[in-house]
Amino acid sequence: MSAIVLFMAVIAVIAGWWLSQQRLMSKPWLEEGALGDFPAAHEMTWPAAKIGLGVFLAVVGSLFALFISAYSMRMNMTDWRTLPVPGLLWFNTAVLVLSSVALQWAYVAARRDDMEDVVIGLCAGGVAAVTFLVGQLLAWQQLRAAGYFVASNPSNSFFYMITAAHGLHLIGGLVALGRTTAKAWRGVEMPQLRLSVELCAIYWHFLLLIWLALLGLLTGWTDEFVDICRRLLT
Amino acid sequence: MAVAIILLLVAVGSVLFHIYSPWWWTPIATNWSYIDHTISITFWITGVVFFAVIAFMAYCVFRFHHKEGRQAHYNPENKKLEWWLSIGTAIGVAAMLAPGLFVWHQFVTVPADATEIEVMGQQWQWSFRLPGKDGRMGTTDVRYISPENPMGVNRDDKHGQDDVVIESGELHLPVGKPVKVLLRSVDVLHDFYVPEFRAKMDMVPGMVTYFWMTPIRTGTFDVLCAELCGSAHAQMRTKVIVDEQSEYDAWLAQQKTFAELSGRNAVTKATYRSGGK
Amino acid sequence: MVDVPYDAVTEVPPAEVAEVDLYHPRSWWTRYVFSQDAKVIAIQYSLTATAIGLVALVLSWLMRLQLGFPGTFSFIDANQYLQFITMHGMIMVIYLLTALFLGGFGNYLIPLMVGARDMVFPYVNMLSYWIYLLAVLVLASTFFVPGGPTGAGWTLYPPQAILAGTPGQDWGIVLMLASLILFIIGFTMGGLNYVVTVLQARTRGMTLMRMPLTVWGIFTATIMALLAFPALFVASVMMLFDRLLGTSFFMPALVEMGQQMKYGGGSPILFQHLFWFFGHPEVYIVALPAFGIVSDLISVHARKNIFGYRMMVWAIVAIGALSFIVWAHHMYVSGMHPKFGFFFATTTLIIAVPTAIKVYNWVLTLWRGDIHLTVPMLFALGFIITFVNGGLTGLFLGNVVVDVPLSDTMFVVAHFHMVMGVAPIMVVLGAIYHWYPKMTGRMLNDALGKFHFWVTFLGAYLIFFPMHYIGLLGVPRRYHDIGEAAFIPSSTHTLNAFISIMALIVGFAQMVFLFNLAWSYFKGRPSGGNPWRATTLEWQTPETPPGHGNWGKELPVVYRWAYDYSVPGAPQDFIPQNQPRATPVLQGAAP
Repeated sequence: MSAIVLFMAVIAVIAGWWLSQQRLMSKPWLEEGALGDFPAAHEMTWPAAKIGLGVFLAVVGSLFALFISAYSMRMNMTDWRTLPVPGLLWFNTAVLVLSSVALQWAYVAARRDDMEDVVIGLCAGGVAAVTFLVGQLLAWQQLRAAGYFVASNPSNSFFYMITAAHGLHLIGGLVALGRTTAKAWRGVEMPQLRLSVELCAIYWHFLLLIWLALLGLLTGWTDEFVDICRRLLT
Repeated sequence: MAVAIILLLVAVGSVLFHIYSPWWWTPIATNWSYIDHTISITFWITGVVFFAVIAFMAYCVFRFHHKEGRQAHYNPENKKLEWWLSIGTAIGVAAMLAPGLFVWHQFVTVPADATEIEVMGQQWQWSFRLPGKDGRMGTTDVRYISPENPMGVNRDDKHGQDDVVIESGELHLPVGKPVKVLLRSVDVLHDFYVPEFRAKMDMVPGMVTYFWMTPIRTGTFDVLCAELCGSAHAQMRTKVIVDEQSEYDAWLAQQKTFAELSGRNAVTKATYRSGGK
Repeated sequence: MVDVPYDAVTEVPPAEVAEVDLYHPRSWWTRYVFSQDAKVIAIQYSLTATAIGLVALVLSWLMRLQLGFPGTFSFIDANQYLQFITMHGMIMVIYLLTALFLGGFGNYLIPLMVGARDMVFPYVNMLSYWIYLLAVLVLASTFFVPGGPTGAGWTLYPPQAILAGTPGQDWGIVLMLASLILFIIGFTMGGLNYVVTVLQARTRGMTLMRMPLTVWGIFTATIMALLAFPALFVASVMMLFDRLLGTSFFMPALVEMGQQMKYGGGSPILFQHLFWFFGHPEVYIVALPAFGIVSDLISVHARKNIFGYRMMVWAIVAIGALSFIVWAHHMYVSGMHPKFGFFFATTTLIIAVPTAIKVYNWVLTLWRGDIHLTVPMLFALGFIITFVNGGLTGLFLGNVVVDVPLSDTMFVVAHFHMVMGVAPIMVVLGAIYHWYPKMTGRMLNDALGKFHFWVTFLGAYLIFFPMHYIGLLGVPRRYHDIGEAAFIPSSTHTLNAFISIMALIVGFAQMVFLFNLAWSYFKGRPSGGNPWRATTLEWQTPETPPGHGNWGKELPVVYRWAYDYSVPGAPQDFIPQNQPRATPVLQGAAP
């Protein structure tokens, strides 16, 4: 359970930092009056949707941290046979990086008020994401063809389950991306669109980050890395 | 007024019920009286806190319930009082935790001279295995289980041949000898539970769990399953009998070894002789 | 710390807090059924939770009939008994208490108490309810599928949960897991709303330290739920894989009824870790809203500010954080590595300190108060007794070595029913008596309320207090019939019969409550806008019940914390939060 405990510690640090800005030590019964009359607590100036996405990412992070925890606990059982990672995954990873870059580009374009580039960025990001998903399906097919079925080893089961969970989150993101692209297409005002593009880009970067973490896990690199750290410490 | 009295009566009644309850823990049969002592300490500390809080509350309701013209006192906080209460609570908690951890340390430290025995749970019966003359038990695996080999003992392990196997019978133990009870399950979670022993532990398929104890008095005790294991969970019972050494030896002599039970007795006994001498 | 004299306080212009784009209903359907108004969603959540909760109540009667009079009711067999305990537990913990506190009270109270017009994502909020309803329906459908609902116990421990020796192995367990997954998806949608509304949509002047403890409790509980429910989600998905696809996440090699199964290598303990990583925070997900609400009930009805508000806030945050590192105290006898026992016993007992502070502060709030023994106050007092009792028995079970003899006995059942069954339900009931006037504009009948309180409180106490001693004796839980055992004296059966009769009585008292709810809706005494003369914002709405958008034209501005009761020198014994200074005549007060 170390992965999830670590994740929770990070969340606790963020929450603690935020709470430390909220004057929790103040004595509210002495502070009568309008807000401006005493050292103000920081007001939340982010739009609701952005905070909402932040909280949602914490939930998604918790979900994947738990998958990773389960993976690393199950991995220590004797029947574990590590799954060979299909080479296609490297291609998929590159595509997902491209997708993320495209959305970042769209976001930068949105800040420049360049509608044309926004639409191009969004479409490119979407196409790359769909390519990634197709690539993942192909990787599944390759594995199945090579005889690595979902139930034949826990390592396989985890691979299918975790990639499916990641893919489903990406599909959810594609729905949001589709709506944003449709808005851009309809020619919605840029200030309204900017936030949607930004949120899509954040979500994409986050899913890319998760994918890299998962890839490290599936290839066993994370394991080796932790091992090296442990040896350095002892 | 009436409310305050009823609240106080709840606290008094709880204490009286505790004192006069005919339902109390069973007379202990192992060395784990430490556990009972820790429970007693906990009862004392929590009992005092319980009574004090409820009595104080009842007094407040009695003394400060609404009357015409009463005004509540304005008092946002009292840091000193809160800190003292926190420190007092922390001390009370430590007074329960410290003996608890101390006894837990004993609970998980098995003495070197403890005899290993094995209890196996399956839906919905108990089986037992005792080491044979060589003092060691053979290895097991779920994959070896068959109608002739219900406990899944490894046929190729010479230590297993002389193990005493008691399939769905009663277990006997000698009084005064520490035992390490190895726990195993072949299907679902079970829990070897004898109330008088105090110690218990879940049995988990795929792994071997354990606890240890020294029976301190002879007698016959009910064995129950304490981890939900399916339809007949409540009927999964047997008995464990703690004997004087002589009676125990007499009982042990009548039990069959794995080799005898598995029908390969002639062959395996020969192997055992040649292997052992 | 700035002490501003009354005269120096100047009125500020109405809040220009960004107004939520309100969705305005166009038809009866979008107003009352597919509504995006948090208040309507709150009532939908509450009614659905109550309906499925009644099913769980009936199940508890059936269980008690069997336990009190074994063999008398031939229509209850061992399998059905297990199905009853499973459904009762799961419904009560998740589909009733979690949904009611967060989906019900959270939706109703958060926007009103922080001065928002509605939740920040009304559409997602609506979806949350409908997915919850679907989850409830899927759960209820298991009563009608072949094999019936699962009988694996609410903990759903594998391998037992998905093997044939347990009832409901075909459909019951699959639908149960599906329903849980749906619940979690629905809850996440709702939970995002509650958190972001508190973070972002508080009205002008509503700093965190001016929020009522109700909002603090629900807010912290929601954050915990958002982070903890994924653990149940992961466990459910993995168990579905094991059950449907034949994987071996949790399934070791095993022999079932003499048959070698194709599973191998998995770890049942892994499931327990995941389950309790959710399961322990879940206890506080139910408890923290109750803590918050009961603080406000005590404060309002004792006409006194909550004692030690800051400590109360810190304690809520501390309990919320600590509750994530105590999960394995449910697993002391699970066979996990014994060294964990030291760690988890210590963390578990540390949590007792902030919890105890909360209890002290509740009773110290009563000290030198002006205690109105209204029905909500009675329920708050009942909560304190049951919670103190259940909390203290938690010190037995949290202390690892004491847990060894007591785990899986009726002691555990008595403990958790006292602390997270009876105690939170006391708060739920008290809260309904408290806020019903705001929701309907009418008071609940007082005489019926008092009858309901005394029967429920004393009855529940008489059920669960003696039950501890059955457990101390050694009677295991989840037995449909304790049968014959040398250590069980025959008087135990008498006690069991007594407990069962009390359970029936307490159950029927809830029918009186339901009658009161319905009757008062039409015939109750009109309440006015602020019958309890409370300070918090929800009592200051221009309309009662609050209209769509809550506040009419202008959002309220907050000038003070939520607990200005009996302030020396003030003309009345309460000053609403949106009152700029203490002297002017108050609006919205009851005559």
